[in-house]
Amino acid sequence: MTLTAQPDIAARGSAVPAVHLDGVVKRFGAVTAVDGISLAIRPGEVVALLGPNGAGKTTTVDMLLGLSRPDEGSVTVYGHAPHHAVALGLVSAVMQTGGLLKDYTVAETVQLTAVLFGRPPSAAAEALRRAGIDDIGKRLVGKCSGGQQQRLRFAMALLPDPELLILDEPTTGMDVAGRHEFWTAIREDASAGRTVIFATHYLEEADAYADRVVFVRRGRIVADGTAAEVKALAAGRTVRATLPGAAEAELRAIAGVDTAEVRGDTVYLHGRDTDEIARHLLTRTAARDLEITSRNLEEAFLTLTADETPEGTK
Amino acid sequence: MTTATLPPARSLPRFGGFSLGMVRLELRRMMRNRRTVVFTLIMPAVFFLLFGSNGSYKTERLGDGNVTAYILISMAVYGAMLATTTGGAMVSIERAAGWSRQLRLTPLRPAAYIAVKLLLAMIIGGVSVAVAFVVGAFSGAQLPVRAWIECGLLAWACALVFAAFGLFMGYLMPSENVMQILGPVLAILAFAGGLFLPLDELGHTFATIAKFTPAYGVGEIARYPLTHDGNLWIAAANVVAWTTVFAAGAMWRFRRDTARV
Repeated sequence: MTLTAQPDIAARGSAVPAVHLDGVVKRFGAVTAVDGISLAIRPGEVVALLGPNGAGKTTTVDMLLGLSRPDEGSVTVYGHAPHHAVALGLVSAVMQTGGLLKDYTVAETVQLTAVLFGRPPSAAAEALRRAGIDDIGKRLVGKCSGGQQQRLRFAMALLPDPELLILDEPTTGMDVAGRHEFWTAIREDASAGRTVIFATHYLEEADAYADRVVFVRRGRIVADGTAAEVKALAAGRTVRATLPGAAEAELRAIAGVDTAEVRGDTVYLHGRDTDEIARHLLTRTAARDLEITSRNLEEAFLTLTADETPEGTK
Repeated sequence: MTTATLPPARSLPRFGGFSLGMVRLELRRMMRNRRTVVFTLIMPAVFFLLFGSNGSYKTERLGDGNVTAYILISMAVYGAMLATTTGGAMVSIERAAGWSRQLRLTPLRPAAYIAVKLLLAMIIGGVSVAVAFVVGAFSGAQLPVRAWIECGLLAWACALVFAAFGLFMGYLMPSENVMQILGPVLAILAFAGGLFLPLDELGHTFATIAKFTPAYGVGEIARYPLTHDGNLWIAAANVVAWTTVFAAGAMWRFRRDTARV
């Protein structure tokens, strides 16, 4: 069950893609963390990289930032090698692993970043303001809450005024209010046309903030589509019924059925108008024990990203 | 077609990101750390007052000055050792905190980072020597003006050995409290190098071994303008050899650390 709604990049003209990964493979010893990812992201897209832990999200992000090198394939960011794009300030990131120094104040940390990028002090003040932490500039980093530190990382990432902003699990460890504030700041920022890629395992974040959702599992892209398409995938409900001897092809022919699955004597029919499906089953077939359940994004996510466990047959 | 669509005016900073702005911010941060200040600026001066400023030392002549001056220079060298090692070992704390990884998302080149750390180490090393000398000047150390300047500059310059040592250790040990380990190590090295006691008081065998330890050369050279005594060539060879060893070690670890895997 794979959603293939890869937006057609070639059709959008000859602009340099913000990100271009081509057959990227990354191994750590015997483990293949990224197993042949090809992906093109256009300037201005807000893309969620969604997947369970260990799916290869952070490894992919590291390669986009030039922190590690792919074993196979190629990675370019705005047409540059990643480490060069980073040095030019074309791409910046809020990293899961990026550390801060406790002995610096919030403002000094951003000032140092400004100095490193050769930007004036006014750029540091502007980044602090846009990250919403200009009121705590004099506070020592060690005395900041997790959410404040994360917004400090965001301010540092904003400093070079990057074309592409990468966020790796940006709201991990934040409370609900902190998460909301953080995303408000990001959304305001992205509305100005910045390309944003964020890795997350929070479905609601992908749903609420991404134009495009790329599902990753076991180092591969298993689905890639707009958030709307993902929602369509997850929309509707499932009718479960006991119907011995059913054939999938016949079930799929029932009006309103999108997908059908037969497991032994049990059938699972997925569709938007489950009432109609249920009526059909009860009046035209020998189906019994009907149960109607809704399938949410969570389930769609699990279906797409869960590891395949070989099912013992019979 | 590749560059035409790119936004304009993106360029790399000069000198790989090395800037005095960074040095200034880093200095401010170092001085905020109370332990660093006590360790590098106050302790050597206090040691001098405890061990070097009693009455008989002030009146006993030695070389062009008095024994108090001899002890002062040794303590200043010890202070410079502590300060430059602390400066170099900042790398360790920054790696442990994940800051090095954060810096890799900036245009700062690894070589420029090292240059900043070395410069910082040498600045606080210089301040440490200056503090000790000011305290010494008011506490009975007697030296000709020329020897004051020469001893101070030599103590400071030769402490580059320990800036390299600090960097090497900083890359070797990713730890928040690397100086708690290095502090005792430096005390032992200072002792073995004849900074706390003249080596000839420790017996022939020990004195011979001591000549091969890293603090020996610095001490001998720094005191030379006062004593005009000892073999400068051996001392210089000691400084050059240990600087090479520590710098090579630091480069080796540094390359491993910054290699993109």
